[in-house]
This record gives sequence, C-alpha cells and structure tokens, in this order.
Amino acid sequence: MSFFGYARTDGTVGVRNYVGVISTVGCANDVAYWIAQQIKGTAPFLHQAGCGQLKPDLETVTRTLSSISRNPNLAGVLLVSLGCEGTDVERIEKEITASGRPVRKVVIQNAGATVALNEGLLFAQELVREASGMRPQEFDDSHLVIGVKCGGSDTTSGLASNPATGAACDRVVDSGGTCIFGETTEFLGAEHILTKRAVNTEVADKLLKIVDAMEKRARAIGADMRGGNPSAGNIAGGLTSIEEKSLGAIAKSGTRPIQDVYNYGEPVTGKGLFVVDSPGREPEFLSALAAAGAQICLFSTGLGVPQGFPFMPVIKITGNPVTFQRLPDHIDMLVGMTAGKGCGLRAIGEKIYQEVLAVASGKQTKAEILGYGNFPGLYTVGPIV
Amino acid sequence: MEVKEKAVVLNENDNVATALADLEAGSSVTVDVAGKMVTIQLASPIPFGHKFSLACIENGAPVIKYGESIGKASTSIRVGDYVHVHNVSSTRGGTGNAGGA
Repeated sequence: MSFFGYARTDGTVGVRNYVGVISTVGCANDVAYWIAQQIKGTAPFLHQAGCGQLKPDLETVTRTLSSISRNPNLAGVLLVSLGCEGTDVERIEKEITASGRPVRKVVIQNAGATVALNEGLLFAQELVREASGMRPQEFDDSHLVIGVKCGGSDTTSGLASNPATGAACDRVVDSGGTCIFGETTEFLGAEHILTKRAVNTEVADKLLKIVDAMEKRARAIGADMRGGNPSAGNIAGGLTSIEEKSLGAIAKSGTRPIQDVYNYGEPVTGKGLFVVDSPGREPEFLSALAAAGAQICLFSTGLGVPQGFPFMPVIKITGNPVTFQRLPDHIDMLVGMTAGKGCGLRAIGEKIYQEVLAVASGKQTKAEILGYGNFPGLYTVGPIV
Repeated sequence: MEVKEKAVVLNENDNVATALADLEAGSSVTVDVAGKMVTIQLASPIPFGHKFSLACIENGAPVIKYGESIGKASTSIRVGDYVHVHNVSSTRGGTGNAGGA
C-alpha cells in the first residue's frame, strides 16, 4: 500500500508541507504567534521553556526544538529568537541546515518586536512560496512514522480503543514502518511485559531504567507513584490493580518487539516499534512525538479530549459510543466496545490503518480542521530559576 | 450504539470477564471466550467496567486479564464472583491508596 507525501532531502517523508515558525524561548512566543496567524501555510511551535533553567534542561530544550524543526512535516523553518535565551539557537540553526531545510531567523532584541515581526512576515512568506512549489509523490507504506498516545482514559480505553490502536500499530510495524510510543508513567506495573518485548537485555535494561528514574523523581518530592495507583476514580471505574491499569494503557503499543528506547526530544531512526522516555501529559508528549519524527499521531481516548498539534495530524479514536456522540467535533473514529478481543481486532486495526493512509495523503483530521492544538509544551525536569 | 454483548473476555487465557453493562446478581451472562460461548451465573451485581470470575481461582493464584496477571487472589474466588480490590492484591506495589495519577 502507499500514500502521497513530500520527500525531504534528509530522506524523511512528510505528510504535510508546513513552514514551522519556531519560538526558541517563551518570551518570543508573541512574535511567532503573530507571524503564524498572518502567513498561510505556516504552523507555530510555542512553549514556555528556554530561559531560567539549569544546563541539563536547556540541553533538552535545544535538542527537542532542533528535532521538532526537522519533523518530516516541515519544509522549512523560521526561528523566532529573543536574543539572550539559554537555548542554543546557533546549534538549532546548524542542525536544520544540515537536514537540507531552508532556515531563517529573526531576533527581537536586535531592534524590537515590530521590526522582528516585519522581517519574519517576509521570511515566512518567502519560505511558504518555496515550499508550495513541492508536489506530493507516492511512497510505499514502509515510510510511515506513526506515534501512539492515550489520554482522557476511561474503562472503554483498555477494552476497546487501546487494543484497536495497538492492532493498527502492529499493522504499521508489519508493513515495514515505524511506530513510537512512550508515557513512561504508564509502564509502572507492566515493566515485566514490556521487558519481555524488548529485542535484547540492553533495551530491557533501558526500559527499567527510565521507569526507575521517573519513580525517583516523584520520590524526590515525597510522592509514591505506585502507592497512588490505581486512583480512587480508577477503582470506582473497575480497575483493580496497577498491573491492570498499565496493561490497558500499553495495549495501545500493540504486540511487536521494542527495538530501542530514546531520550525525550531525540529523533527516532530505524524501522519497527520504539519507546521515547516521556510524560503522559498531552502538550509535552505530543511534542516528544513530533521531535521523534512522527508524521501522524493515533490518539486513543475514553472521555474524549480536544488536543491536536500544529503540524502533526492527530487521529482521535474512542471505544465509548457516548463520547463519540457527545464530541462530534473532536473524535475521528469509533471502535466497538468488544474491539479488544479475538479476530475482530485485526479488522479494526486494518480500518484504522486505512484512515492513517488517507490522513497521510491529505485527509484532514477533526483537530486540524478545527485548528485545535496551538499550545504544546516542552518537558523538562529541573527547577525553574 | 447498542452493545450486544454483556461482557467481554480479552484473551483466551483470561479467568475474568469485564462487564459491558450493569449486570444483576443471579443473572446468567454468556461470554465469548476465543469463539467458545460460556455461560456464567453471577453471584453479585457487577457494575459496568468491573470484572467477574470465569473459573475457580485459588487463594494466591494469578487473576488473568489481557492474558497477563493483574494480581493474585487474596481469597478463594468462585465462578461468577465479583473480582475487585476486595479479593485481589497487586504484586507490583499498587495498593489502591487514593490520590494517584
């Protein structure tokens, strides 16, 4: 099977063809936002990071912004800088250039926001004009890079939408493509299942290490991740143990072997299923997927959530028929509540896969049409100083 | 959307089923276990999303859902019993205290 996408000089394939307007620090957001509002064909990336943070966090911010700027769905990049930020803007510029993408930069402290805005509008217009000359070409489906996520979960998530998403994930991997999942907090209690799926002991050790590090960070502020799971609400909904909760959550990653584990903000290379160390919260996790190089995100939900992402289509899947009816503006697909079992699962996985191919070739998701998802975030672990 | 099945068994090795509707005590529920239809009489009411037993689970034996252990029986569980925090204990540390994520 195949889809129509945009060939990038670094060998990746985009399913959208935006010019990214990337804010390199929280204080530059306004100018980035103004430019993206005015110039059609651009997509902003706004966040609150890049200043008043310690060195390891600034490294994460720089790495993640650089990777996000090289997402396959971006044809070119305009960086909007303040000037004095802790983010290494020069390194980001160099890495974007090395990927073969055109990059421009405006700096607010050079002559103020109005001048930066004027320059930025012209740069963005020029980059969009260049990008708009590209024509989509046919690629076989081994070029797909799909991220998976669950959020706003309820009882139906573990029964239906997560296993269904997992079946689609297996389908991507079996066709030679790449699947990425994460949300390390949701591995708690299911580490023994995940490590069994690791391709070797080194990868299994990495999985255990990221769970351990996450628990230690919680303990450092006096919280016990295990003790609070499942929550009172989870128990009221029928979840008995942390194992049951985590098994339901990781069902979205399907059943194929885990090839490797990446740090937050690193681009994923290679085919098969990968883990990115990341929190489960949507703004930070969707950024992790975009940085990893995902073209599309499959998002499994029970209660229904609105999030999209500025330049990565997000396909919402629910197993809850009430949610599907209540939120027609947010949910793209409904799967049956018995989706998670037996031979029906394969057919549902195939249906989702066909939707992925359609979206890859240009079909718009509901979040894209609505323009929902302009406020992603960046994940850092240290104090704000 | 009408839900035809009253309960679902996710893996053929599971010894519990999950209710897809609020089920009454004493009612008989037929579930599909990997193509084989099994009828279970419920010992107590089972709320939507909660579990009941498909088999005798001895005290200390694993409770299986998704084909994997979700904890150990903390008492002997009979066919058709309600299965939840009162008769299952986690082996991975989750004790069900309030206030978690």
